Formats: sequence, structure tokens, C-alpha cells
Amino acid sequence: MMEQNPLKYKELAAKAVQDKQLHKALGKMRDKVGRNAVKLYKELPTGAGSREAAKEVRRKIVDNLDVVLETLIESIRARGGHVHLAETDADAVEYCLAVAKRFEVRRVVKGKSMLSEEIRLNDALEAAGIETVETDLGEYIVQLKGEAPSHIIAPAIHYTREQVGELFAEKLGVPYTSDPPTLTAMARKALREKMLTADMGISGGNTACAETGHVTIVSNEGNIRMTSTMPRVHIVLLGIEKVAATLEDHDILLRMLTRAAAGQKISTYVSYVGGPRLDAEPDGPEEFHLVLVDNGRSRILADPDFREVLHCVRCGGCLNVCPVYMSIGGHSYGSPYCGPIGAVFTPLTRGINTCHHLCQGETLCGACKEVCPVDNDLPRMLSLLRSKLADGDRRWNVKPHSRIEKLIFGAWSVVMSHRGLYDALTALARAGQRLLPRRNGWIRHLPGPLGGWTRGRDFPPLAAKSFAQRWARRSTARRGE
Amino acid sequence: MTRPKRVTLFIQCIVDSSFPEVGEAMVKVLERQGLVLDYPEGQTCCGQPAFNAGYRVEAARLARHYLDVFEDAEAVVCPSGSCVNMVRHHYRELFARDARLLDRVERAAAKTYEFTEFLVDVLGVTDVGATWNGEVTYHDSCHLLRGLGVKDQPRALLSKVRGLRLVEMTRSDECCGFGGTFSAKYPEISEALLETKLANIQATGAGTVVGCDMGCLMHMQGMIRRRELPISVRHIAEILAGEE
Repeated sequence: MMEQNPLKYKELAAKAVQDKQLHKALGKMRDKVGRNAVKLYKELPTGAGSREAAKEVRRKIVDNLDVVLETLIESIRARGGHVHLAETDADAVEYCLAVAKRFEVRRVVKGKSMLSEEIRLNDALEAAGIETVETDLGEYIVQLKGEAPSHIIAPAIHYTREQVGELFAEKLGVPYTSDPPTLTAMARKALREKMLTADMGISGGNTACAETGHVTIVSNEGNIRMTSTMPRVHIVLLGIEKVAATLEDHDILLRMLTRAAAGQKISTYVSYVGGPRLDAEPDGPEEFHLVLVDNGRSRILADPDFREVLHCVRCGGCLNVCPVYMSIGGHSYGSPYCGPIGAVFTPLTRGINTCHHLCQGETLCGACKEVCPVDNDLPRMLSLLRSKLADGDRRWNVKPHSRIEKLIFGAWSVVMSHRGLYDALTALARAGQRLLPRRNGWIRHLPGPLGGWTRGRDFPPLAAKSFAQRWARRSTARRGE
Repeated sequence: MTRPKRVTLFIQCIVDSSFPEVGEAMVKVLERQGLVLDYPEGQTCCGQPAFNAGYRVEAARLARHYLDVFEDAEAVVCPSGSCVNMVRHHYRELFARDARLLDRVERAAAKTYEFTEFLVDVLGVTDVGATWNGEVTYHDSCHLLRGLGVKDQPRALLSKVRGLRLVEMTRSDECCGFGGTFSAKYPEISEALLETKLANIQATGAGTVVGCDMGCLMHMQGMIRRRELPISVRHIAEILAGEE
């Protein structure tokens, strides 16, 4: 699979902003789902307060995560399922490989799982000689292409149907078409063969319910039903935070999730899984495994400033309204989780210094917070991540990102807290700006770090007299009247 | 709050140094309302540029300066939503562990107003007696809209300007891409957002874009001038002062 490197954010984004095809594809998502989610939330019994109500549900769960998880684990074990708590990505991968080995698995069919991207499970399975097939249509497309998903919910959103037609013709040996139903039928045929002959199914849980002991997986393609019931063994991957305590909580979150993710009141299929096939049941796997993945989440849990990010239900709604995501696409982030949620979650799990671009490369416009089904304050956390980069932070192993910038802001703040100094510096800059090239009065080129602005925009010159000077003159004149 | 006797001006750094005419336009509008204005000379910047870039110690220095300068003010009015949002919502993040300062922060937060919200919500005025001939489109600045919840006030004021017709643009509330130092650090992304914004402005056919924040307006104007686009840019105070 393609390399993912958050340090390349700026470079990849600079390329992506030129990609008209990408913008066209993403624009459809923005206009179709985007802010409409907010209207759908309001139709719920909780009305205009739905987001706040869901936030409160998530807050209570996350604050009591240990107890909630314990209940889930007990319920699933009681039904004959296996549960493994994986502390790291390597641990989760190792567990999956061990199960696969025991069943002598040669082919795995997968449901869409961002968590499996996070732990890089496909690479490990392939390296072990196990054929791994994505069964979600979008995931299947990006897998054929050898790419990572570019959206949390819609992995192949960056492709047009023409591009998919070309890809299928090349990889599946089918005649070229750009007709979506025909393309879907082609994928369906190819995937069905894989599903009928796979030894293992792996899927990602969207949420889970501790009270009833099941994991919930939503889909619109029916692939989850086959993935979770046909193979001899089924593994579900679930982030430790993605659980609901009670069935009531679960339902509140599920109805918010499908509205936020796809503008749907409910998805076409909702699969509830929680154990192996029981004696009286006609189908289902011989063994069921739930792998609960921590991979840095309990560290976030321990920090009250960032705990809120664990409330996220991974709906991808924040991507659909983010003007930055819309301009640069998901691949620029160099991480499975992209968009505003990726910009907060990825640094906290992969290192704030390594992901400094993700923390700094947004405008803090707040559109994400407005649409989030659990009212996650991502701008607040982005701002806080930037403060860790500014001053360093021992708890999060952050080194100060730029000593020079720190010095500049330090000097600037001293100047700005003394009006006399500020006036003196402004006078100096006013004299100095005569040296800068201008056109129609505005500056064409700025020196140093400000040069980024004048790459494609002119900059306003300092006025001959500041407001303060004009005000002082006016006051003097009035006193003289 | 009830109508204050005296209004204290906070003319933020960008307006003070580069767009003083915007500050003067606001003064004109407020004086027409019969208000007595004062302007503390020590004022500079709310600290937002440092805060948004992560430099909280530095932002806190300016926040303390702001608290000192405006300590005795009855009501502070500023021609910027993002500066007011900084004072109203972010100062308390800076002094979360300082109870004594927090008390002063809460007082400052309660009495600092953005220009249009002050006119409409505090003075109860929408018709300021302005005339401005032509079609305009209005840009919702992010912090004004999402931070302060100011959406209808500027529109109400514009609707009462004689000769003016407001044409709404597609996604008027989408960010223009400014974002403080972000605009210089990530110019490619910032420009991409700005291009989208300018295209939406041009699609309205209105020759003028109006906003309440000079940060966004300066950003838009930067590309408009570079590309010599036929759009003029006005702060709402300039429209309400009837200046054209």
C-alpha cells in the first residue's frame, strides 16, 4: 500500500489543491451530505439539542470506560465469543495472525474498517501469505488501486466513475464502462466469489452495546452480512472507546451516526454480532473474536484536555464540511484518519511533532464543531495541540517546534503590550515599507516568513497615520473649537 | 445590557495600523446614535494572532494588557468579530488556573461587543440612516458567526440601508482561508480556500463584498488586487457610515 507520512502534508496539499477532479468529486459529498446532517439531527425526538444530548451520552461512557468495557467483555464471553484487549497495533495484528494460522486461513474477506488501516492489518496479512480482499465497494476500489482510503466513510470519494471504469478494465479484465450499476455488478460478482470461499472474515465495529453484548456494524451494501456469517471465523476490530453502555445509549448514538455519516435515518443494513453460531442457528462463524484496540487511546483518556476526542463516533461528518479537507482531499493528511478529526486524533496517537502540519494546517473556522453529532470541539483541541508545539510538553513528549517563531511571538507580545513601543515600531515599519515593491498601493512582496502571504496575494501597507494618531488629532481639534 | 452612557472604542491592531478609515467609519455611525465615545490610548491587540498560533504565554501577556486598558470601560465596541471572540471565549482558556484574573476576564467578556451586535442587540437599532447605492454580498466571518453567533444582525443593518440590495452568495459562511499565520505558513491551502470564496462572491454578480472583520476582508482584497478582479471590498462600518 502507498506510504503514509503526515510530514508530507504541505507538499501533498500543494499538489491536491490543483486537482480539479478531486474538488468535483468532494464537492458532491459536501453538497449531498455536508450540512444537511444538522437538519436531520433536528428531526429526532431530542430536536435542536440532539448533538448536546449525544455528547452527554458519549461523555458518560468515556468517563466510565473501564466499567463499560468490562461489561461488554463479560457479555460476549458469556455467549462463547473470544475477546482480546490489544494494547498496541502490533499486539492486535499478532492476535489476528495467530487466529488465522490456527484456522489455516488462505483468504480473508474484510468489511470496511478504519481501525484495520490504523494498525496496518492488510499489509501484515498479505506478508503472511494470506489473500486479503476488501468487500466494501469503495475500499475494494482503493485496494485495487493500491491506495489508502481518502475519506473515513467514503474511501474512494476522490474517484470519478470513469476512473473506476478504467481501473476495473485494467485489474478485473472486464470491458470498460462508466455506468455505475454495471460497475457495481462487476464488483459484486468478483467479490461474491471471494466471500463464498474465504476462511476468515474481518470487520470493524461502528459501535457496540455493553448491556446486550453485541457489536454493531452499519453498511449499505450487504457485504457485512456475508463477511460476518459465511467464513468459519469472524474477527471484529473495535477501538476501546467505541462502545455504548446501554441499549438506549446505543440507539441514540446509532441514529446520530447514520445521519452524520451519510444523511440516512438508518443505513440499509445494520448487523449486530456478538458470538459464534449457536446450536440452534443455521449460520454464523464457528468462532467469534472481538479485538479491542487501545493503541494510544488510554493515553488520551488520561488527559482531561483531550479526552473529548474519544467521544468521536467516526462518522466522517467533519470532513464533509471542512473547507481545508475539500481543497486538499484525504490523502494529504498522510494518516488513515483525515480531515478535522484526523488532525486531532492522529497527532495524539502518532506523535505531535511528527504530525505538526496536521495541528497547524487548518484555519480554525469551526465548521467541524457545528456539524459534529457529538459536538466535539475539534478547534479547541487543535489550538491546544498548537500550544504544545509552541512551548513543548513533557507529558506528550513534545519538543518546541520552532524556537525562532517562539522568539518572534515573544518579542511581538512585549512590543504590543506597550503602546509606545508599538507606535515606535510601526513608525519604523512605515519608513521601511517604502523599500517594498508595490502596485496600486498594495505591497507585492513581503520578506521572510510573511512571504507566504504575497505568493498569491497583495498585502496592505501601513496607513500614513494610525487610527490612534487620527483620533488624537481630532481630539486636539475639538478641544480648540 | 441597557444602553450605555459612554462607549469605549477598541480599534484592533489591523484597523489601527492599516485601515484607520474603518475605525473612523465606526466612530461616525456610533456618534450618529448620540453616543459619547472614548478611546484609551494604551490599547493595541487582543493577542489573537499569538493564541491561534499556539503561543499562549504571549497571548496571555496581551490579554492582561487588554484587561488593564479596558478595566474601567462601561462597554467596549470593536469592529471585529474575531477579536471580540478572543476576549469573550478564549481569555478564560488562558487564565483557567487564575481565579482572580478569571473574575476580570468574565467582566471584560460581558462588556466587550462586536460593532453590529452592539448596534442591533444593545442599542436595538437596525436603521442607522445610511445610503449606499448598489448590490452587495455578505461574507459571514467564522469567529463572528460560530463564536459569537452573529448572523442576522449585519443582515438586518444592511437591509435598512437605502439603495442597497443584498444578494446572498453560496456558502456565505464558508471560511475565506485567512486563519492568521496559517495564511502565510500554508499559502497553497489558504489560497485554494480564497479562490473558492472569491468564485462564490463573483457568482452573485454583486460588485461589492461586505464583512465585519478586517482580517478576512484584507485577505480577500489581497487576491482581488493581485488578480485585478472587479470586486470591491467594504467593512460594514463603511457602508453604514454611508460612505462611498
